[in-house]
Amino acid sequence: MPVFYDTEVTSRLMLGTAQYPSPTILAEAFRRSGAGIATVSVRREAGGGRAGQAFWEMIRALGVHVLPNTAGCHSVREAVTTAQMARELFDTNWIKLEVIGHADTLQPDPFGLVEAARILSDDGFDVFPYCTEDLVLCERLVEAGCRVLMPWGAPIGTGLGLNNIYGLRSLRAHFPDLPLVIDAGLGLPSQAAQAMELGYDAVLLNTAVAKAGDPAAMAQGFARALEAGRLAFEADPMPPRDMAAPSTPVFGKALL
Amino acid sequence: MKIMVNGTAQETAAPTLAALIDEMGLGAAKVATAVNEGFVPASQRAATLLTDGDRIEIVAPRQGG
Repeated sequence: MPVFYDTEVTSRLMLGTAQYPSPTILAEAFRRSGAGIATVSVRREAGGGRAGQAFWEMIRALGVHVLPNTAGCHSVREAVTTAQMARELFDTNWIKLEVIGHADTLQPDPFGLVEAARILSDDGFDVFPYCTEDLVLCERLVEAGCRVLMPWGAPIGTGLGLNNIYGLRSLRAHFPDLPLVIDAGLGLPSQAAQAMELGYDAVLLNTAVAKAGDPAAMAQGFARALEAGRLAFEADPMPPRDMAAPSTPVFGKALL
Repeated sequence: MKIMVNGTAQETAAPTLAALIDEMGLGAAKVATAVNEGFVPASQRAATLLTDGDRIEIVAPRQGG
């Protein structure tokens, strides 16, 4: 199982906690999938403070690792301050670092991302950067202190799957020992299986499960696909070829 | 004095960030704070004096992806 910053997790599925029809269905999705990490956020609290407390108690009851995010942050300063608040709230050094560069695609701002990753790594954070599959960006993130990379499959919430297989395969080849997670863009379990077949260590998703007609069943579907894809990767798949080759022996066929 | 709390203008007599948090009924709540875009740890709230025009953010755990 993957090891993130010296912590081994029990599942290759990292699951978001937003957009579920109800807290009960959210909990059921975690239970049926066995997801080992829950992503969470920090948002403004109104007087009384009950909403945050109730949500926190529900997440704690799941018994999983918590990965706070800096979702929606467009500047380095916003992301750094959000990360610092999240560290205090959730009592963890883990941070899923998002520095959004474009409102339409929600793609990462690579320049701000590297700067924020450096600041946070130097401050003792374990940074999980939401990045693109760009090799140069990923090298800069590693230089900045990241020991996990989380390239997107496709833009957040699109469900389009793995848009750049070549880039993702190339990234895996360049970083054979670094934990790599596909973060965002997955819509179907088959796409998660494909990520596993490429040798990725885990996937992080939210919308594909939360917005399914039956979120808990879909979460379980993803868990099984991850298991199947990982088994296939470890089993050393046959190389594809262009020409047909009969699987049944030609020798011994009756002449009719 | 007039300050901004989570984007809304409000009058307060609270001299410190800790006093403001108490005034809002959040003294025992699970919240984190920032003043003028900079993080203020819980341990420093009592020593953080508020001044006119300060922008306060008070956040709590929420759903996220």
